[in-house]
Amino acid sequence: MRYLFALMLLLVPILGVWTFVEADRWQLWFPQNVSSFGGEIDGLFNLIMYMVAFTFIVTEVALAWFVFKYSANRPGKGVFTHGSHKLEMIWTAIPAVALLFIAFAQMETWAKVKFESNFPKDGKYTKEKPIAELWASQFDWRVRYPGDDGTLGTVDDLERSYEFVVPVNTDVVFHLRSRDVIHSFFVPEFRLKQDALPGHTIPVWFRAEKEGIYDLVCAELCGWGHYKMSGRMTVLSQADYDKRMADIKAEWFSNGKEQGQ
Amino acid sequence: MSQATTHAPHNPHLEPGEGEAGTVREHHDHHELGFLRKWIFSVDHKVIGLQFLFSGLVFLALGGMMAMAIRYQLAWPWRPMPGLAWMFPATGGAISPEFYTMLFTMHGTIMIFFVMIPLLTGAFGNFLIPLMIGAPDMAFPKLNMFGYWTMIPAFFFILLGFFVEGGHAAGGWTSYPPLSTIEAAAPGSLTGQTCWLMGLTWVGVSSMMGAVNYVTTIVKMRAPGLTMMRLPLTIWSLMITSLLQLFALPVLTAASIMQLLDRTMNTGFFTPTNLVVNNITPDSFLYGSEGAAAGGQPLLWQHLFWFYSHPAVYILVLPAMGFTSDILAVHARKPIFGYKPMVYSMSAIAGLGFIVWGHHMFTSGMNPALGMTFMVSTVMIALPSAIKVFNWLGTLWGGRIHLRTPMLFACAFVSMFIIGGLSGIWMAATPVDIYIHDTYIVVAHFHYVVFAGSLFAIFAAIYHWFPKMFGRLMNETVGKIHFVGSFVFTNMTFYMMHQLGVAGLMRRTADPYAYDVYQHLQPINEFITISAFCMFAWQIFFVVNFFHSMFWGKRVGRNPWNAASLEWDAPSPPGHGNFDKQLEVYRGAYEFSSPEVAEDFIPQTRKV
Ligand code: HEM
Ligand SMILES: [Cu+2]
Ligand SMILES: [Cu+2]
Repeated sequence: MRYLFALMLLLVPILGVWTFVEADRWQLWFPQNVSSFGGEIDGLFNLIMYMVAFTFIVTEVALAWFVFKYSANRPGKGVFTHGSHKLEMIWTAIPAVALLFIAFAQMETWAKVKFESNFPKDGKYTKEKPIAELWASQFDWRVRYPGDDGTLGTVDDLERSYEFVVPVNTDVVFHLRSRDVIHSFFVPEFRLKQDALPGHTIPVWFRAEKEGIYDLVCAELCGWGHYKMSGRMTVLSQADYDKRMADIKAEWFSNGKEQGQ
Repeated sequence: MSQATTHAPHNPHLEPGEGEAGTVREHHDHHELGFLRKWIFSVDHKVIGLQFLFSGLVFLALGGMMAMAIRYQLAWPWRPMPGLAWMFPATGGAISPEFYTMLFTMHGTIMIFFVMIPLLTGAFGNFLIPLMIGAPDMAFPKLNMFGYWTMIPAFFFILLGFFVEGGHAAGGWTSYPPLSTIEAAAPGSLTGQTCWLMGLTWVGVSSMMGAVNYVTTIVKMRAPGLTMMRLPLTIWSLMITSLLQLFALPVLTAASIMQLLDRTMNTGFFTPTNLVVNNITPDSFLYGSEGAAAGGQPLLWQHLFWFYSHPAVYILVLPAMGFTSDILAVHARKPIFGYKPMVYSMSAIAGLGFIVWGHHMFTSGMNPALGMTFMVSTVMIALPSAIKVFNWLGTLWGGRIHLRTPMLFACAFVSMFIIGGLSGIWMAATPVDIYIHDTYIVVAHFHYVVFAGSLFAIFAAIYHWFPKMFGRLMNETVGKIHFVGSFVFTNMTFYMMHQLGVAGLMRRTADPYAYDVYQHLQPINEFITISAFCMFAWQIFFVVNFFHSMFWGKRVGRNPWNAASLEWDAPSPPGHGNFDKQLEVYRGAYEFSSPEVAEDFIPQTRKV
């Protein structure tokens, strides 16, 4: 019996590690990364993964081994011990250092992505002059571009639903807002997530480094239609971006005007 | 109701058990109580414990069925469920999106508030505390009875919600406003959410009464000689859990009442200015002048909710850790390795548990500097968890391990808790959590700690203390079969959710394949669903074993496992007043394999 149970416990680390090793081949791993900070986030994930994997293997194998080895079939009594002060110190101190190391290793990237003081300041788009306002509402995304004057809330604002177009290799800052309940802006390829909070305007920045079309996902439960609250993130070269903006503008002023915008 | 007239639920005519010669409890002046007094309006802690146990198991079955429906939808979205057309005539048996949101909301709510908390603290807290500290009953037996009675309105409201217009609450078990407070935002926010809030508030009242009772009982009613540092770790864990309840629950209760007021009186605590939901301006704005502001804060709810609910997740695991410690020591015939570090680390988990709630809100819009501090405290809470794991391994090391069913489940708890604890570190890391928050990694994490962890510990505890509850053993062979299937299928169900999370799959979506990025994940979800069905079906071995053994199991004496703690000094099952002899405690609960005596254990009451 103990063979079976020890084997079952041993299969946990073996299959557990194996699925992680194979995951990439099964397309069960990170989607491609296209943002400037995404690589760092993946790196931090991997750093933790290696430390976690080490602990996982050591503890799980020890568990399986003890269950196998210290069976009741052995003659005599068990070892009569109430613990070891020295061991306690060791296995308190080492994990403590490792955990603090993990925590400190995160801080720079976190600050880079989320601290407003670190937002791009010199580029075309800043916290004060965002590329657009992204409005979430049940169950769609609407982008409002500031138009030629670069200022939101003026008559030349352009509105467009579903698709958010941004230029490649540019620091982009946008304002995230919600009209009704909480939603969340999530683009897996950017490694970026930020909740849209009704009553608040939250600035968000990223820099997409590869042209393409990516899914914009709502990641916070927002009602029955949450599953279909999809949008599209389109990253274009600067030239294509300018052209597309001109199209959007033409379209908006031809059929948007009489809707009383 | 006078205590002197209540009696043991069973007539404990015992045969000597495997371990020792059981003294049969003397029964003079034996007059039977009616069914009502004995089982319904009982003030006996053991009966109240069993009441919590049975209602918890019933809700476990209900929550489990909801999980199966959730899994069905994730594997085969919108496909009619075979044989269920009568339940959903409008869709021919398929799950609608509205129904799906309600399903996972109520699955989470029921599992946490109506299964795990009542089972861990209500059932085992009640049953074990007086027995393990050598007391005749709780300090306040009537309060204890009220503690179960207040669950009745909780049951009523939480079940009522399924039948009201719009269906039950559908804002997630976390019920973030404004989704949960504004009627136009979700069908479940019509009336269902009010039922949800009422249900939870009553559970809170019940837990509060329980917690007061447990702490008082443990502090005041220990048998002579039973110092705090001689208590079994189960008792420590229940005591610390009760303190968590006492300090954290008032916050949840206040928050629920605020949400209730928002919903019924339009107070707008959580409603920000200028909402337009579903093209409707919520009522709260209509009471003021034009352009009036509700001026509320959605994040306020999240802070209050998690201030309770993070400690609550430790309420969901600390007692399980306690049970595991006791069961490992008894069946490995070894003293707990590092008893004091175990007590300190549980206390540290409880203390740190109050300053980590913000890790649920890293991407919520909360000040990112605050996120940084919450990261540090969260990462540090993994430390006491790690210490506990090492000490469990130390306890097994050098033991004489009897692989009986309770021991198997307890070892599985350790194995599974390691997985759940380690995935917590990823999510504690703020930049990584930007990506994995609200993905299936979170789902994997909490199912490993709560399902594969705590629920397995509950199974361990049921198998272990069943002889004390009913005077009979559960069947070993069936128990082992139950274990093997549960362990295998549980891992098949939950393990690959880690990879789904890394692939970016978000939780709480009715149809992930509406997005291109997630389309290739369907086969894995199908595999998970089939595993989950098998795991659910496998529980039949438990159900049959449980009820069969209750009536026809092998009778045992007081101490079938040769355990050292006090509950095994009482008859199985114990009569009213629990103990038939004067207790005097001389040592801790873990004197196994001691060289002092010929046997491999020394009961706490034995003087050497
Ligand atoms: C080793 C210590 C642990 C750490 C570091 C940890 C960390 C975390 C973090 C950071 C989150 C938030 C993830 C997110 O939403 O992005 C989380 C979620 C959660 N944790 Fe843990 N955790 C630990 C142990 C536990 C334990 C022991 C339990 C319960 C028994 C638990 C239950 C939960 C639950 C239920 C959630 C999900 C809540 C929700 O959003 O629905 N965790 N954990
Ligand atoms: Cu959503
Ligand atoms: Cu938490």
